[in-house]
Amino acid sequence: MTTYPYPTAHQTVAVAARATELSKVYGHGETQVVALDRVSVDFRQGEFTAIMGPSGSGKSTLMHCVAGLDSFSSGSVRIGETELGTLKDKQLTQLRRDKIGFIFQAFNLLPTLNALENITLPMDIAGRKPDKAWLDKVIEMVGLSGRLKHRPSELSGGQQQRVAVARALASRPEIMFGDEPTGNLDSRSGAEVLGFLRNSVRELGQTVVMVTHDPVAASYADRVIFLADGRIVDEMIKPTADGVLDRMKDFDTKGRTS
Amino acid sequence: MFRTALRNVLAHKARLLMTILAVMLGVAFVSGTLIYSDTLNKAYGNQATKSLSNVSVGITSHHAANDTKQAPGLSEKQIGQIAALDGVESVSPRVNGFAGAASRKGELLAEGWSNNGANFSPGKDGKDPFYAFTDGNGPTKAGEIALDAETAKKGGYKVGDKVRVATNKPAEENTLTGVFTTEDGLVNAGGSLVLFDSKTAQKMFLAPGYYSDLSVTAKPGTDNDKLLAEIKPLLPENAQAQTAAELAAEQTRSIKQLTDGLTQILLAFAAIALFVGIFLIANTFTMLVAQRTKELALMRAVGASRKQITRSVLLEAMIVGLVASVVGFVIGVGMAAGMGPLMDLIGAQLPAGGMVITATPVLTALAVGVLITMLAAWLPGRRAAKIPPVAAMNSVHATETVKSLVVRNTIGAILALGGGAVIVGGAAMGKDGRTVIGFGAFLTLLGVIVLIPLLSRPLIRLIQPLLNRAFGISGKLAGLNSVRNPRRTGATASALAIGLTLVTGLTVLGVTAGDSLDRATRKDITADYQVSMANMSAMSQSTVDALAKAPGVVSATPKLSGGAQAGQNDYLGISGIEPKALGPALHLNVLDGSENPLARGEVAVTKAYADSTGLKVGQTLDLRYEDDKKSSVKVGAIFEDSDNFGDVVMDVKELLPHYQTPMYYEAFVKMDGGESAANKQALVDATGKNPAMVIMDKNEIAAKMGGMITQMLNMMYGLLAMALVIAVLGVVNTLAMSVFERQQEIGMLRAIGLDRGRVKSMIRLESVVISLFGAVVGVGLGTFIAWAIGQTVKHNIPEYALTIPWGRVGIFLLLAGVVGVLAAMWPARSAARLNMLAAIKAE
Repeated sequence: MTTYPYPTAHQTVAVAARATELSKVYGHGETQVVALDRVSVDFRQGEFTAIMGPSGSGKSTLMHCVAGLDSFSSGSVRIGETELGTLKDKQLTQLRRDKIGFIFQAFNLLPTLNALENITLPMDIAGRKPDKAWLDKVIEMVGLSGRLKHRPSELSGGQQQRVAVARALASRPEIMFGDEPTGNLDSRSGAEVLGFLRNSVRELGQTVVMVTHDPVAASYADRVIFLADGRIVDEMIKPTADGVLDRMKDFDTKGRTS
Repeated sequence: MFRTALRNVLAHKARLLMTILAVMLGVAFVSGTLIYSDTLNKAYGNQATKSLSNVSVGITSHHAANDTKQAPGLSEKQIGQIAALDGVESVSPRVNGFAGAASRKGELLAEGWSNNGANFSPGKDGKDPFYAFTDGNGPTKAGEIALDAETAKKGGYKVGDKVRVATNKPAEENTLTGVFTTEDGLVNAGGSLVLFDSKTAQKMFLAPGYYSDLSVTAKPGTDNDKLLAEIKPLLPENAQAQTAAELAAEQTRSIKQLTDGLTQILLAFAAIALFVGIFLIANTFTMLVAQRTKELALMRAVGASRKQITRSVLLEAMIVGLVASVVGFVIGVGMAAGMGPLMDLIGAQLPAGGMVITATPVLTALAVGVLITMLAAWLPGRRAAKIPPVAAMNSVHATETVKSLVVRNTIGAILALGGGAVIVGGAAMGKDGRTVIGFGAFLTLLGVIVLIPLLSRPLIRLIQPLLNRAFGISGKLAGLNSVRNPRRTGATASALAIGLTLVTGLTVLGVTAGDSLDRATRKDITADYQVSMANMSAMSQSTVDALAKAPGVVSATPKLSGGAQAGQNDYLGISGIEPKALGPALHLNVLDGSENPLARGEVAVTKAYADSTGLKVGQTLDLRYEDDKKSSVKVGAIFEDSDNFGDVVMDVKELLPHYQTPMYYEAFVKMDGGESAANKQALVDATGKNPAMVIMDKNEIAAKMGGMITQMLNMMYGLLAMALVIAVLGVVNTLAMSVFERQQEIGMLRAIGLDRGRVKSMIRLESVVISLFGAVVGVGLGTFIAWAIGQTVKHNIPEYALTIPWGRVGIFLLLAGVVGVLAAMWPARSAARLNMLAAIKAE
């Protein structure tokens, strides 16, 4: 498999994001809750990673911390060469704007803007002109060419999430994060969106990290990491839906017995 | 039901805050006004009682300056007869007029009209029961005076000091013989009183041997009515006697009239403030209902009737109104307490007294607050009742029907266009169109309020490119957000528009009137200086003579103001001037006939009078003067109406013989070298440095008139401020609601890279857009209405030309922008501080 369009200079694949000894603790003393317990993980460039785990395992917290949406108690997070722990809110905001793409469960499009305007919103915020060729490629990939002038209210859920995917891709981020991106979609639209995410990795060389609880969704990823009680407990390369399902069932039994 | 409503109110405390504030301010305004007017009535009443404490029967004589047949007042002989009556203990004869003590710097110690002079009238014991001397004694001969304690203190005068006293004659130095306190109403209200010995006062104010007023104190046990009956036959024809009870009743009546007028004006402005508040309240309840759609639908699903739903919303409004009214009333009490010192501050001198709180303001405050809130919540309540039970089952909120907006826009268009047509029609009717215009203005205002949601889209879209270019993405989103909920934006902007319509309308009219009067005055007065009295009384012949003798004076012409009857019912004001003054001192804007008819022994009449009677140049006019003498005068010219002249202008020599004392209110002085400091000083010196003399050049005359208009406008601005404050609260309210509703969006924008600063600027710009939108509508409408009213008064105002004060209009718009920024402060901050993760997750 080739990693287009980034031919790697080194044999070892570069890391897009890295968490080292990452901890997130809420509260003090008796009421202290450890959401993340010294988690270390690499998200490699050109890789599609799914984060799974039972609810309360810390999977969303991990994503939020790595994506610069949430603060952490100790450890370090790097996006590319940038260490997040020392950044002020303004710099974090700029980092999210320039280097990170987001896809949310609830689409989160602006109802006042049409599809195209929603897609180019991150560039508008940055005050940059979008790269026309890249933008066309992204729009073509998600199949929205005919609906660019439509408002979100005139689009179906699947189409809205496709706009959201295009928005995340449009600024050609170093890494994209998805928070249950198929959670609000029917299975067909969900499959479409996951296909786009996989294509963006395979064909456009993007890096994608996605939190999900759906084994089918996870099976689109190159690798799945499993979290439980704030720790990474397992990893699966080239997962299948059944394999993931079995692994998850294992958590359930454990959860019930413990 | 009540519990649910109460729980809802408590659950939405923060979101109801602005509503409560708005109702509270309106109620405070109403209750403050009512309490203050009661308090003022009581204070005036107390004072009236005090000032009448020595009086059993009061006698007043009326004497007109032109009256040559009757005695000028009560003669000393008549007073002696009254004093000799059986039940009479003592009498205090009085004569009064204008007299002002000057400070050592030569300025009057009280406001122009509140400088009074009277006589010291000692009884058998050598004391005057009306004046209690704290130092020294009453004046006994010419050149001696006594002063009220407050004035003496202000001037720093002690018994034995020399005090300059101004009257309508050149000012003179007097020796202060005593300082007194008195219950005289004018003095208590901050005026000054100079007492002279009776002979001097009689000579100065009336005629030797005569008094104008008499206070009779009866012996204990005497019946006042019986005494009155005994006194009446002894009085001259032009005198009137009343018992103390009658006097008190009359004073109370006139006081009430005065305070009622004030109260009505204040209440009108309070009503405007409350009306503006309705928009804010309606917005809030619309939002509360929209947010509770599911909950309300659930109630419907489990069996609540539509009526019950509406009632629950109204009940909630009632609780809010009640809470706000109670707090508002308390603030109103505070406002009433603060009014006294405030009035003193702006120079209105009113008597002091304890606060009076009756049941009326309490009940009114509660009723007004509760009813207004419920009225404003009525429409949202009805809308709530229309939510179908099925809405509980799905997440799709009941969408607003297109039909309702179509109906709304049609009604709005009919009202606005109809109102506009009525206004234009009224303007075309001229003088009689004022009521028509008022009605049209009301219709248009209603129409615009109804139409404003429709207007918001195109108007705001117009400035969208500017927003995009100047503020980038924040500007773009702000513009789009501001038209997202046109009803809400419309209601918010309406509140501001109403305030600005009134402010702009009044400003345009005020400035137009001021400029027109200014132009007219500069045209009419060709002299260098106008001389008049500070208290607007007439000056004496000796003053005019003194002016004429001043060095550098080319001519000094008095203007004699008189009147005469023409035909059956026409009373005409007549200005008498010297023929040679026409041109160098005064200018008549002659439309037809001779430029100087006076020189030919003819008169000039105004166009208005000529038009109304069909009088033409060359015809004669039969006049009956105020001394009942008749004469026929020939009309030599018709001139443009002017505030500076009466209906008829004639040679002063013709008019003077009909008056015992000439009424010279103004004199016009032409000087060698025109206006200069030295020339003005020469006039000041010539009038004995009389501090009561006002000597104005043309700029000062214009400034005086402009000053009055400015003062009136400032008062109006002050009264409208409350409505504007409530409108601003409405903007805050709307923005807070928008931020609350768009939490998720704002969270997303923050996540994908919009920094806090630009989130703030997005909210701020939305606020500015809404505020400016309201301001533009208000300024436009206000100017239109002012134009229309101007069309109806332009025949009464010479040199009329509509002046649109662009500078001030610009300031209004600028202020609206600033208000927008300020209103957004709190909502913008809360938007920027939003918890991003919670906001994204929220559904």
